[in-house]
This record gives sequence, C-alpha cells and structure tokens, in this order.
Amino acid sequence: MSELRLMKGNEAIAEAAIRYGVDGYFGYPITPQSEVMETLMELRPWETTGMVVLQAESEIASINMMYGGAGCGKKVMTSSSSPGISLMQEGLSYLAGAELPCVVVNVVRGGPGLGTIQPAQSDYSQAVNGGGHGDYNLIVLAPSSVQEMADFVELAFELAFKYRNPALILSDGMIGQMMEKVELKAQKDRMSDQELAEKYPWATTGKPSSRERNIITSVELDPYAFERFNHKVQAKYKQMHKEDVRFEQFQCEDAEYLLVAYGSSARICQKSVQLLREKGIKAGLLRPITLFPFPGVELDKLAGQVKGMLAVELSAGQLVRDVRLAVNGKVPVEHFGRMGGVIHSPEEVVEALEKNFLKG
Amino acid sequence: MNEEIIIAGFGGQGVLSMGKILAYSGVMQGMEVSWMPSYGPEMRGGTANVTVILSDNRISSPILRKYDTAIILNQQSMDKFEQTVKPGGLLVYDGNGITRHPERDDINIYRVDAAEEASKMQSAKTFNMIVLGGYLKINPVVTMENVMNGLKKSLPERHHHLLPLNEAAIKRGTEIVKEIATV
Repeated sequence: MSELRLMKGNEAIAEAAIRYGVDGYFGYPITPQSEVMETLMELRPWETTGMVVLQAESEIASINMMYGGAGCGKKVMTSSSSPGISLMQEGLSYLAGAELPCVVVNVVRGGPGLGTIQPAQSDYSQAVNGGGHGDYNLIVLAPSSVQEMADFVELAFELAFKYRNPALILSDGMIGQMMEKVELKAQKDRMSDQELAEKYPWATTGKPSSRERNIITSVELDPYAFERFNHKVQAKYKQMHKEDVRFEQFQCEDAEYLLVAYGSSARICQKSVQLLREKGIKAGLLRPITLFPFPGVELDKLAGQVKGMLAVELSAGQLVRDVRLAVNGKVPVEHFGRMGGVIHSPEEVVEALEKNFLKG
Repeated sequence: MNEEIIIAGFGGQGVLSMGKILAYSGVMQGMEVSWMPSYGPEMRGGTANVTVILSDNRISSPILRKYDTAIILNQQSMDKFEQTVKPGGLLVYDGNGITRHPERDDINIYRVDAAEEASKMQSAKTFNMIVLGGYLKINPVVTMENVMNGLKKSLPERHHHLLPLNEAAIKRGTEIVKEIATV
C-alpha cells in the first residue's frame, strides 16, 4: 500500500530505495546528504528485505563495491555530495566502460574544493559530461521536489538497467534538506537470484554449461575492437536521446521569454514566471528532467517562438552552454545564477530577465 | 488558500520542529506543504529559521523574500524579518527578550508571551507549542484536530505520552495571545 508522509528529500531517497527492492547501498557520510545513510541505518532493511547497507571506508571504496555488486546484476546505489562524487569519478568511468547499471545520488553543495555545505548546482558539467575519463555519459535525472527524489530512484534504476549504464540523480542541498509531502510506493520484493540470472544474462551469476563465461571488464587492448565497443556505447546515447528525454513545460504555450532551469532552481523559477505574468510579461519555464539526454530538440522548437531565453542555475553558467548549443544562435540566451551556496530569490530572477531583455 | 510563513528565533527554541508540526498538520488537512530550513551554523544558541508554505495548490518556490506571516521569537529575527511581512500580513511575536518592538502600521501584530507561560507551566519545551497556539488562534489555517494528528505523526512514538501536555500548551497559546495593532 502506498503511504503519505512529510519527509526530507534525503529521507525520501532512502525510503524509496528500500521499497523499490534495492539490493545494496554503499556510502560514506558527507553533508548535506548524510540523512540518506542515516535513514537506511535507522530502518534496518537487512532485517526485512535483505538489502545490504554498508558504510565504506571512503567514497572510492563505495564506488568500487558498486562495481562488484553491479557486475553480479544486483541493484546497487550510493549517494554523496560534490567532493565525494569527485572521488568516485574513476570508478564511474570503469562502471560505464564495463557497461554496468547502478544509481549514484549527488546532493550537490557549493564548490570548488571543500567549499560549503550550502546548496549549489555547480556540478552540472561534471554530471552531464561523464565526469571521469573517456567517451561516456551518465544518465542524469534532476528531481525538483521531494516526491521526485522518491520517484526517481525507481526511474534511475529502470533506465540504468535498460541501457546497462550508470545513472546519476543530480539533486542539491535544498531538495535534499527540505521537507514536503511525499507518496511512498508499496514495498516490492527484491529480485530472486534465479529471476536475476534469467533477466540479466550478462551478469556474473555463476557459469552454467549452457553458455560461455561472462566477463565484466572495461579493458580492451585491441584498438579496432575497442573502437567497435565505443561505437556501441555511443549508439546507446543516441537511443537515449530518441526514447528517454524527459522535461516539463510551465506556461510555455504563449511564452515570449523562456526561463530554463532544473532542480531547485526550477522551483524558484516557477514563482518567477507567476511574478512576471502578474507584471504582464509572458514568461514560461522549461524544466529539463533528464539533463542527459538533454531536451535540446524541445528548446530548439521553442527558439522559434520566444524572443529570448534565460538559463537560471546556482552556478557560474554551466546549463547555459547546453541551452546555447541547442538553439544554435536562433535566439539570445543569457545566464543568471548565484554561487557559493547563495540561493537566488524569485524576484532576483525577474530582475535578471528584465535587465537582459526588456531594458535599454 | 496559500499561506507563506517564516518562523525565526534561536536554535533550541523548537523553531524547526514547530514548522514541522505545522507542515504535518497541513498534510493531514490534505494541503500541499513545504518546509525549508536555514541550516548550517544555526546550532543551539545561534539563529534558526524555517519557511513553511501551506497551499491548496502545487507549491512553486520553497524559498521566499516576502511572507504572509512572520512568527518571531528573538530580537535578531525581529530585526531581520519585520520588514519581510507583506502589507496586510501578520506578525506574531514573543515579547521575551525583545528590546525593540515591531513598529509597522500596515500589518497585523499580535504578541504571545510564550516563554513566560512555559515557565509557569514548568516545561520550557512547551514554548513552541504555546506560540503555535497563539498563531492558530489568529489564523486558523489548520483545524485543531489536524494539528493533533500532525503532532502525533511528527513525534516519535516514544514521546507520545507528551501529546496531552503539548495539546494543553497549544490551548494555552490560544488563550494568552493578544492584539497589539491591526489594520
């Protein structure tokens, strides 16, 4: 049975993971996401669903435990915040190179460096461009409510297994720490070993006489074979752009000016759209839900309709580059955003749009 | 209905938990709610504040610059938030430790001396519930029944024996809140 609760975004992630039937969580504490593991430890799912919850000795250990679990076809996840996610990049590249599904949650805080524990969106470029070495991408989902924090656990796993590719939930300290009403889904059973072996024939579940040995690796020393592998991986990313782009439009039908924002910033911008409309300015908001694959086609369509676009993000200007690439010069694209843990108010966004497009 | 509230005071006064109980009461009443703390260095003794929004519709920004209601529990918060109340809005404050009382003439101002009352009730921890009672008397955004349901949901079960004390504190708040100025 589903259940209505008031929860923090971080707590919702933990609850949703147990209820979805995740097999293992491997993490290391860091603010502002520590409630994920705290909640898991408090709920003791190893006594109910059999889910493993393990505090590793570091983020590097966590991500490599993920590699092991994912290689066995298990549903494994970790969560961290910006500096911890940076430590995981080598492992993420290996997971992508070995075509292993897993879910990573980044509750972003302000950087660079150890930075601040306050919310930011300054890990966008790292998230959507793979983050580690090599030609790969993560599937990147950007929740903008506590409900989506819960719902995207399932969505991230579905997509990760569909493409055999790591998925990243890119949240931030604001969505992680705020409380909202959330409807939690009913408990699902974890997949049995037999079911898993049938559903994921690539997984290392023990070699039966009926098939060749499964090998999980990211190394391939023959350049021609490795080029073929790279083509195969790139084909997956093309398919994602065809089948799995997700976005939300808010008052775009008659919009003359478009705000583009994701996650926490999109919440703030919804209010800005209301304020702009009260002033008689026809504004709309496009909220990318998948940051990779990016809803570039949709933005290109809107470029034929609006007079200007403003990318609003808690960073110096990272999302704005993808918006500019998408519209390819058809309309002016400007950027507004605060940094270092400062959160812009809805009114500041209104002022930024007016300053960029409506004055002088 | 759309009520945007800031609750501000010292860490340790129960600002965040008061916000949580109010938000949970909203959930019990079938509303959309958000609870957004200012967190970080606001430990015991520092300043703490939380934005709570209760609405019949989907909530946009959980972070705001202007509020329908400010519930103010110390002087620093009075200095910071008195001017953020929308004209015609509501300011509820505890007079304890306030050296500069609110001066605006375009908002409704009420005072609930909860710190004094809590010490009379010999339970400092009932402070925030007395304040909540005062606020709900002036602006009954949620029914008392749903407040009690919300309280039950937000308190861990091992603290459920404190429910009657909290209910009494909320009731006391409704009785002692007094009008200072209205528009």
